[in-house]
Amino acid sequence: MTGPSPRAAGAAASASAHPAIDAVGLTRRFGLFTAVDAITFHVAPGEVFGFLGANGAGKTTAMRILTGLLAPSAGSATVAGFSVATEAREIRRNIGYMSQKFSLYDDLTVRENIDFYGGIYGLDDATIAERRELLLDRLGLASRARALVGTLPLGWKQQLAFSVALLHEPRVVFLDEPTGGVDPITRRRFWELIYETAAAGTAVLVTTHYLDEAEYCDRLSIMVDGRIAAMGTPEDVRRDAGVATLDELFLRLMRPGAAA
Amino acid sequence: MKAATREPAGVGSGAAHPATNVGAAVQARGLTKRFGSVLALDHVSFEVAPGELFGFIGPDGAGKTTLFRLLTSLYLPDEGESRVIGHDPATDMWALRRRLGYMPGRFSLYPDLTVIENLQFYASVFDTTVAAQMDTIEPIWRQLAPFAGRRAAALSGGMKQKLALCCALVHSPSILFLDEPTTGVDAVSRREFWDLLARLREGGMTMLVSTPYMDEASRCDRVALMQQGRILRIDRPSAVRAAFPRPLLAVTAAGEGAAVRIGLLAALREHPDAASVWPFGSTLHFTDRRAGPDPARLATELGEWLAARGIAATVRPISATIEDAFMWDMTSAEPAA
Amino acid sequence: MRGRRAFFGFLGKEVRHILRDWQTLLVLIGMPVAQVVLFGYAVRSDIRGINLAIVAPQPDAATASLASRFMDATDTYRVVASVADAASLEPQFRDGRVRQALMLPSGLAGALGRGEPVTIAVVTDGADPNTGSLMEASTLAIVRAWDAGRTGRRAGPRIDVETRMRFNPTLESVNLFVPGLIAYVLTIVSALMTAITIVREKEIGTMEMLLASPLRPYQIVLGKVAPYVALGFLDVVLVLVAARLIFGVPVRGSNALMLAESLLYILTALGMGIVISTSTSTQRVAMMAALAGTMLPTLLLSGFIFPVSAMPWPLQAASNVVPARWFVVITRGVMLKGAGLADLWRETLILAGFTAALFVVGIRRLAVRLA
Repeated sequence: MTGPSPRAAGAAASASAHPAIDAVGLTRRFGLFTAVDAITFHVAPGEVFGFLGANGAGKTTAMRILTGLLAPSAGSATVAGFSVATEAREIRRNIGYMSQKFSLYDDLTVRENIDFYGGIYGLDDATIAERRELLLDRLGLASRARALVGTLPLGWKQQLAFSVALLHEPRVVFLDEPTGGVDPITRRRFWELIYETAAAGTAVLVTTHYLDEAEYCDRLSIMVDGRIAAMGTPEDVRRDAGVATLDELFLRLMRPGAAA
Repeated sequence: MKAATREPAGVGSGAAHPATNVGAAVQARGLTKRFGSVLALDHVSFEVAPGELFGFIGPDGAGKTTLFRLLTSLYLPDEGESRVIGHDPATDMWALRRRLGYMPGRFSLYPDLTVIENLQFYASVFDTTVAAQMDTIEPIWRQLAPFAGRRAAALSGGMKQKLALCCALVHSPSILFLDEPTTGVDAVSRREFWDLLARLREGGMTMLVSTPYMDEASRCDRVALMQQGRILRIDRPSAVRAAFPRPLLAVTAAGEGAAVRIGLLAALREHPDAASVWPFGSTLHFTDRRAGPDPARLATELGEWLAARGIAATVRPISATIEDAFMWDMTSAEPAA
Repeated sequence: MRGRRAFFGFLGKEVRHILRDWQTLLVLIGMPVAQVVLFGYAVRSDIRGINLAIVAPQPDAATASLASRFMDATDTYRVVASVADAASLEPQFRDGRVRQALMLPSGLAGALGRGEPVTIAVVTDGADPNTGSLMEASTLAIVRAWDAGRTGRRAGPRIDVETRMRFNPTLESVNLFVPGLIAYVLTIVSALMTAITIVREKEIGTMEMLLASPLRPYQIVLGKVAPYVALGFLDVVLVLVAARLIFGVPVRGSNALMLAESLLYILTALGMGIVISTSTSTQRVAMMAALAGTMLPTLLLSGFIFPVSAMPWPLQAASNVVPARWFVVITRGVMLKGAGLADLWRETLILAGFTAALFVVGIRRLAVRLA
C-alpha cells in the first residue's frame, strides 16, 4: 500500500511552516484490531479540512487521538504545535470542539451556556462578558440571551454551539457532523460562519459522513478501514479517481466489487 | 373524544380541494396540528397514488414527523381529515393499524434483542411469523441474515435501518411510512437503503418517505417540499428542478481557501441583479433577479463584472438542483399568514 | 389465535429483556435474601446487654431472688450496679453507663409474704423511644415471670405488670420484620420494575412502533407484568426460606394461603407500577415516582417498621390507602398468629379491590395514541 498520496502532504507543507494538525504514521490498535492504521495528513491554519469515512472507518478514534483523549499506539501527531502523546492538556486548551449531538445544555439559557464554557476554559469574567456580547451581536441573538437553549430553533443552536466552541479562540476547531437537520439556507449560513472563522486563521476539521458537506471543504480525506484511501481538494479527489461525484467514489471505496 | 376539533367532511376547506380521488392510497385535506402555541402542521393537503414512492423533503421542524404520526393514527388532527388505504386514522385506527407498516424516525428496535429476535417479536405482534412472511422480506433479510444472532445494539447504523425496515415490513403491510429512515447513516448505506425501497416499489408497495436530504429527492416518484409545517410544492423531482424560475449561475473562484470564498461571496452579493448568492460546495450559486435573459449571456456578463473588480472566477450557467428549488421556494413563499 | 401469539411473543421478549440484564436480575434475586439478613441481624431492635442497676434500699430474700433473674439473663442484661439509693445513679444514667434501673421497695419479702400490694418501679432511658419501650417490656416480662413462679405465691394483688406479648413472647423482632419485609421486597420488585419497564419502551422509541401496531393496551400490560409475577413469587419463596433457615422464623398458618396472598399483593404492586409508568415519560422520573409513591409508604406507613397504631391520626388515615399496610396485617396474621382466610378476608378483599382499580386505571391510561 502506498498510503496517503505524497502530493497531498506536499500541498499542506507548502501552506505553512507550522501546520495546525500534523499527523505522521498515526496508529491506534485495540488488541488485535487496528482502528487507525498509519495515517499521515496535515491541516494548515485557516484551512477547512473534511475528515470523511463510513461509520466505523476510524474517524472517531483518529479524532479522539487528535483531541488528546486517546494516546496513539504508534506514529506521532501535533495539534496546535503540541504533541498528542505528551501534551494532551495543552492541546485541549488550544482546540475547540462541537458536535451535533452534544454541545450545549438545553436547560440552561444562552447566556449561561456561554458563561459556563468560558469558565471551563479559564477565561476571566471580563473576557467572558466581552466575548459574550460580541458573539450575541454577531449571531443576532442579543434579545434571546435569557432564552433557554432548548427553545431555540436548531439552526441557531448549531451556530451558537459553534461560536461557543470558539470562545477561547482556539487554533484548531473540530466539528463533528455540524449541520445535520437544518434547512438549506440555515446550513449555508453556518458554512459562511465556518469560512469566516477559517479566514481568520483557525484550522477547521470537519468529520462527517455526508458527502455534500465534504464538498464545502478546502481539502478532504476519506478513511476506509483505518487508512486514508483518498485525499486532496474535492475536485482533485474526483479527478484522480475518475468519478463524477464523491458519492460514486465513496461507493467504490466502501463496497469494492459492488460498483459496476 | 376531543370534541369540535374535526369538522364534518366537506365543510370549509372541502371546496378548495380537488375532487376526491377514490383510488388514492392516501388523501389528506387541510391537516393541521398544534402543540400549544406551535403550529406544527398548517393545513396540509395532498394525495398519494397506489404504488407511488412519495417523498417529504424538509429540515427538522418542517412537520414531517407530525404528518406521519397523524397518518399512522398516533395523533389526532386539530383540523382537517385524511384517509389512508380507505381508513380514517382518526376513527378507524384498529383496522388501519393492522394494514400499515411504520418505521418511526426514532430508533425502534430492542437493543438487547438479536436481529432475529426483534424480527420475530414484531411478527408476533401482527399475529404472523417470520417464516410465513419470508417472500415479502426476503430481499432485505438476505442482507441481514449474516447478523441474525447479533444484538441490535451492536449493528452499524446502516444495518439498524435495514432491520427496522424489515420489522416494519414483516406483516406484509399495504402501505409503508418511513420517517427519516436514512438520517444518521453513511452515504453508501443510504444508497443501499434507497435501492431496497426501489425494489419494494417495483413490487407495488405504496411508500411515504420523509428525509432531510435534498439529494434523495431524485429517488422518489414525486416529492413534497416541506418547511415550517407547510408544503411548499408537490411535483416530480425533475419538474421541481425544471420549474426553477430564474437564471442560475455557478461561480467558481480561481483561488483556494476560505478567505477567497468569503470575498467572492461578498462581492457577488453586491451585484445589482443578485437575487441570492449561496455557497454550494466549492462553488457559489448565483440566482439572477431577472427572469428573462439568456443564462449564457448573463454568465459572460457576470464574469466580466467580477473581472472588472479584480476577481478571477469562472462563471457558467447551470440547471437548478432540488436544493436550489427548495431555497427559492423558501424565500419566495414567506409567511402567507 | 391472534391474542395468544401476540401475548407469547410479548412474553418471550420480556423474559429475554430480564435475563439479558443479568445485573438487575442478580439484584432482584439477591436483594431479598440480603434484606432478610440485614434486618435480621443489623437493624433488628432486640435488646442486648442492657446496663441495669438494681436499687434495693433493704435487700432481703425477695430482692435477691428477683435480682438473680436479671443476673442470669446475661444475654440481655448486664447488672452494673446494686445500690441502696437511686440518687447515686443519676450521673451514670446521664452518661449511659446505666440504661435502666429496677427500683425495689423496702421490705419486699415481707410485703409479698403478707399479700400486700407492692410497687416496683422501672426507670428506663427513653432517649431512644423504640429501644426504651423494648427494654421496658423485656424487664417487665422478667418481673412478671419471677412473680408468677414465686414459691408461696398467694392469690391477691400482683405486681403491676400489664404488658402481655401474646404472639411474640420473646420479643424477637425478626419475627415481626419478616412479614413486613416481604411486602417491602415485593413492592420493589413489582412496582419499581414494572414502572421502569413500560417507560423504557417510551424512552428507547419502541413504544411508537407498538402503538402503531394492532396490539391493544391490555395485551401490552399483560405481556409486561407476567414475568414479574413469576419473579415476585420467587422472591417471596426466597425470603420465607431464608428467614426460616437463618432465623428460624416459622409460617404458623397455611403456606398455601401465605403464597396466595403474596400473589395477590404482587398483582397489587404491579398495578401500582403500571399506573406510574403510564403517567411518566422517562425511566428516571418513573423510578423517583416509584420510590416516593410505593417504596417509602411501604417502608414508613405499612406498620413494617413503625406501628400504625402509634402514628398520629393523619398518618393513620393515610396508611389506609397504602396497600402494603393491609398486606402486612395479612402476612403477620398468617405467619405469626396462624390466622386463616376466615380472619383475614377483610384485608384480602381490600387488596383485591386495590388491584382491580389499579389495573383498570393503568390499562385505561396506557394511551392508544401519542400524547
